[in-house]
Amino acid sequence: MSLELPRISSSDLSLQDLPVGKTSLGNAVVVGLKEIWAHKFRSALTMLGIVLGVSSLVAMSAMVQGMENGQREALLAIGGLQKVRMEAQRVPVEQRHLRDLARGMTLADVEALKAGVPDIEIIAPEMRLDLDPTLQANGKFHRTFMTGGVVPEKVKIMEHEVEHGRMFNDIDASEARPVCVIGTGIRDELFGRPEDAGSEVIPLGRIMTINGQPFTIIGMFKRYEGEQDRKQRLEREVERQKLISEGKAPPKGPVRGQGRSGNFAFWIKNNTVYMPLNTMWHRFQSGLSNAPAEPRLSNIELKVRDFSQIEQTLTKIRNIMMVNHRGIEDFAFRTFEDWSADIDRFVKNARMSGGLIAGISLFVGGIGIMNIMLASISERIREIGIRKAVGAGGLDIFVQILVESVVIAVVGGVLGLAFSRFVVLGITWVAPTGNDPVITSGAMALSFGFAVVVGLVAGIFPAVKAARMDVIQSLRYD
Amino acid sequence: MALLELRNVSKIYHLGGEEIRALDDVSLDLDQGEFVSIIGPSGSGKSTLMHILGCLDSPTLGNVVLAGTDIANASARELARVRNRTIGFVFQFFNLLPKLNVLQNVELPMIYAGIGSRERRERAEKALEMVELSHRLKNRPNQLSGGQQQRVAIARALVNNPKIILADEPTGNLDTHTGELILALFRRLAAEGRTVILVTHNPEIAAVTPRRIEIRNGKIAHQVDSKLAGLDRVSKAPNEGQAS
Repeated sequence: MSLELPRISSSDLSLQDLPVGKTSLGNAVVVGLKEIWAHKFRSALTMLGIVLGVSSLVAMSAMVQGMENGQREALLAIGGLQKVRMEAQRVPVEQRHLRDLARGMTLADVEALKAGVPDIEIIAPEMRLDLDPTLQANGKFHRTFMTGGVVPEKVKIMEHEVEHGRMFNDIDASEARPVCVIGTGIRDELFGRPEDAGSEVIPLGRIMTINGQPFTIIGMFKRYEGEQDRKQRLEREVERQKLISEGKAPPKGPVRGQGRSGNFAFWIKNNTVYMPLNTMWHRFQSGLSNAPAEPRLSNIELKVRDFSQIEQTLTKIRNIMMVNHRGIEDFAFRTFEDWSADIDRFVKNARMSGGLIAGISLFVGGIGIMNIMLASISERIREIGIRKAVGAGGLDIFVQILVESVVIAVVGGVLGLAFSRFVVLGITWVAPTGNDPVITSGAMALSFGFAVVVGLVAGIFPAVKAARMDVIQSLRYD
Repeated sequence: MALLELRNVSKIYHLGGEEIRALDDVSLDLDQGEFVSIIGPSGSGKSTLMHILGCLDSPTLGNVVLAGTDIANASARELARVRNRTIGFVFQFFNLLPKLNVLQNVELPMIYAGIGSRERRERAEKALEMVELSHRLKNRPNQLSGGQQQRVAIARALVNNPKIILADEPTGNLDTHTGELILALFRRLAAEGRTVILVTHNPEIAAVTPRRIEIRNGKIAHQVDSKLAGLDRVSKAPNEGQAS
């Protein structure tokens, strides 16, 4: 081996006017990425904690969001918060001796409320059969409990929409005509589902008997379904079309996940049969041996104009009712405020518990990062010494270690966000629910931010430790 | 004015209540362009002196004046800056970062000097050209021979244009021939106006430098400067009689 003396003088490195600058963060990030890449397996294991933490946080939030959406959807479907329902109730114990004086809710109450409480936007009395009636048509039987005699306003209050035919009118009512409007659920049971028929089934003008009495179907509501159910139905429709185009017979009969498994509120709504109130009274009630002299209502539903005034309005309604009922409390209020509060409480609790679990997992991920950073600096003591000898300050080393820690967290966070989709898919596959989980960008941002903070906090202790290492000691270290 | 002056410098450690003077009232002047060796057996205080000369450590007592500035009480951050800009280190075990290639190793001091990446690369290439390693830019240190690694280390030491090169047993891990070439390189750097300090325990190595400072028991025991009037001036330290 021969080495000539260098031909170039070191004076060529005339660096007297060396530019002054600071250690750039970009360099530190590059160094951090290289360090992670140099220990791929170890870094991957470390990241796993963050990946799982972030993905479970996002997935948890998505599940809760989905459930909340489903509940709110259902709440809207039955008329929203402004709806108040008054139900006939047994006379309370302390008034039991007065029960012969109780006459129940009547149309007189409805008139009194209409006249006395201007805050009521819509009021709709309903009369139900005491026992669930049997419906018969097309050679099929079906029992339903949503059969009621109502006034046309009921459609508005229940957020119903007549898609085919018409709603009965005052003439139908005054003549107590045997006509009814049905939901698509009834149609499905008695006349077949459009999915099986291959086209929409509209049984307008068909005769259906209710407890043996013939009724003409004059209208049908639209099909009510949650977002989730509609998606599933459309998917099935596409599949069916595919099967038909391939020349195979499409499957018949109810499919798993149909009807009940969806949202209960929508199922009830689809299984409605409405007839005029007067028809109900004349055909089913007045003839009974124990029939009261005056038609008794099962419930009165009303919608208040201004939800913020609901307390005052309820007080007014109650006062009028108490006067009309001679002080006998044979009615009860039901509002959906409680339901709404329940939803809020449920969502809060689910967030708290899910967030806690995911938070613990992120915390454990942070401990993993700290652990690996401590291991990393103690195997790089010499490197730190060399860096300091050539001019790295404590701050430079601090930033380098901190950046490595944050980079692990950031990469883990990004992977976690990507992975959360699969977690959600996995959960819905294992445990299908009526409500599709909804991944919100807010939840993603929050989880990612949380991961970065975890990385930052986890890196501080190792970074301080590395920055404080004595340069002579670390240079000597083997 | 000397480039680096030590005035009455002591470094005192306390070990179990016992006071150990690793350096005891040492005064020393180093001029620009001097090629000087510091020699002494292990435990003599030679390493402590080197750490103070290299601004890796601060003395307990006394002044260290570098280019007119007293840095005896400088903060760790200021010392890091001085090391970065004014001093180049060459170690016995090369101390290259094994994960970085040759070019990146040489660029390292410039990263902490805050030099932009393009200029870093240019200067690193120039420094490597000077030690005739332009053909190994992308190699890792473990793919190089010992002599090559030490030349990379010298390139790294030179890349920020330091006034002082501090070499700690630079030939200790090299064969005689390679060692001689490395020493020739140092001689040349001194001729180009840099102060080169060679720390060694080997008198044969120390013999290549015109000026030799011998450390014993934390004191300068013996100093030879063959440059002065060709006389091989011998200056005796005040307490020389007690030194072994």
